[in-house]
Amino acid sequence: MSLLDVRELDGLAREVRRHAIRMAGGGGCFLGASLSCADLLVYLYRHFLRVDPRRLDDPARDYLLLSKGHDVPALYGTLAELGFIPRARLANHLSLADHLYWHPNRHIPGVEFHSGSLGHLLSVGMGIAYDIRITHGENRVVVLLGDGELNEGSIWEALLVAKAHGLWNLTLLVDRNGFQANERTEDLIPLEPLADKFAAFGCPVRTVDGHDFEEIHAAFEDLPFGGLAPSVIIARTIRGCGLPSIEARADRWFVRLAAAEVDALLGELDGVAPAELESEPLVVR
Amino acid sequence: MTGTTETYESTLLDAVENDPRLIVLTAENRAAIRGLPRKLGSRFLDTGITEQTMVGMAAGLALRGRIPVVHALATFLTMRAFEFIRTDVGIPGLPVKLVGAVPGVLSEANGPTHQALEDVALMRGIPSMRVFCPTDLGDLVTGLPAVLADPHPWYIRYCDRPVVTPHRPLQIGQAEVLEAGERDDVALVVSGALFREAWEAAGRLRQDGCAVRVINVRTVKPLDETAILDAARHVRLLVTVEDHFETGGLYSAVAEVLVRESVRARVLSINCRDRWFTPALLPDVLADAAFTPGAIAARVASALHKRVPVSAYA
Repeated sequence: MSLLDVRELDGLAREVRRHAIRMAGGGGCFLGASLSCADLLVYLYRHFLRVDPRRLDDPARDYLLLSKGHDVPALYGTLAELGFIPRARLANHLSLADHLYWHPNRHIPGVEFHSGSLGHLLSVGMGIAYDIRITHGENRVVVLLGDGELNEGSIWEALLVAKAHGLWNLTLLVDRNGFQANERTEDLIPLEPLADKFAAFGCPVRTVDGHDFEEIHAAFEDLPFGGLAPSVIIARTIRGCGLPSIEARADRWFVRLAAAEVDALLGELDGVAPAELESEPLVVR
Repeated sequence: MTGTTETYESTLLDAVENDPRLIVLTAENRAAIRGLPRKLGSRFLDTGITEQTMVGMAAGLALRGRIPVVHALATFLTMRAFEFIRTDVGIPGLPVKLVGAVPGVLSEANGPTHQALEDVALMRGIPSMRVFCPTDLGDLVTGLPAVLADPHPWYIRYCDRPVVTPHRPLQIGQAEVLEAGERDDVALVVSGALFREAWEAAGRLRQDGCAVRVINVRTVKPLDETAILDAARHVRLLVTVEDHFETGGLYSAVAEVLVRESVRARVLSINCRDRWFTPALLPDVLADAAFTPGAIAARVASALHKRVPVSAYA
């Protein structure tokens, strides 16, 4: 990946973060989770996924399934920056007149399936991957999972089946930001050693810095990692990445910001000055 | 007319061979489809004992244009995987066909873990879902092609009891109204496995001079409201018969129609009320639960001769 490519991705990711910050005004959104996976989504849609916004029903397209769902502002922003939806449409966030609500749905061009209930889209992605395999397609399926989401037993049940049926055209991408709704994952339901757990299920695993485009690219270039099993990429990320006043704060999961705070965070993103946040954190789970 | 030589497996195989979209899944429930793995190859997928994963995969397959026909025991399919059915199949309305094995009394001696007595209520409550409750093997194989061809998600309450009466091809939302007369005393409205007992009960009641029509509902959803309302307006007593809890199944569906249309009727409900039945072999279950032809006929006769409104548990 060239320096030019990395610069372009940096610029795109910054725009996606801007969109997410604006969506945190008004009715609010899950800002921290959106910022942890923003770089991953920008990379996937710009460099990895073979999906054309003009031919969204192409049966040969690659599939991205956003299983953790509540990080959808990053997806909305990515789809807007890459021509799937008009940028102006993001102003409809949470409007009755549109479908840009707190979880993804198929009314949004580019969204393959709705999510919101954790632990579902791995098995849905497996159905897609199975059909591709028996029809000898070359499409690839990526399921983006939250690390908190790995509490769900349905993930591990599905992984047994994915390995049993040799779904090597499937990739699990884990946004390992270290937090679930209210707690650090390791304080509530420890996941480590996470790579070993996936390996024990028979899946080859790679761990990358989820904010380093060259590392992300190197891993995706190597897919599939080998054997008749899904590949797993654990992306170490920072919840709220790009905004020090949000980063790694357990109480900044769902945020609803005043207009001045949105402006302050946009400034913080650009390195102008740290934002002072006074809005009460919301507990929605 | 009647499926006399076909089995569920041969009917499904025929459908799969004639429609490349069809694909058969099972959560290691193969009793009714034992010969399909070697015949269907990659279009047969056993996910092991994983009802949730199977339903999720069925949704993914449907997104690729497939029509998945999934199999599991009725309790585990509709209850353990309920949220997957509701969320991944129900919300998008994908054409997944859910086949629940040994529902209701057909679980025989397995015990309450295996007694699907609320499956119809659960499936009927999902907005896009339709529900087919065949009465016997003939009804099942006669109706299956229409259900597979319909674009909605379906719950098929599997029943392979011996054929009682010949069945016409299924018209979705149309009941089979049998032996209807101008001035019937009673309408037995039946869904599913207790049809045989209800049918024989009707015969006994006729011998006693009672005019009885029997309505095989077939699809509890969509319900044949015309047949229900016509019966309610013209008979002295409407009787619902089902191996299901009282809440949410056929009795509820009939009551909803009557209330909505402001049609007043005397209704006797014969069902499992709010109790799991005592596990045993089928003939003993039917006797213990008062689902034999004699017990049904006696309850109908008793209700018919009361002048006061029939209580739910008459």
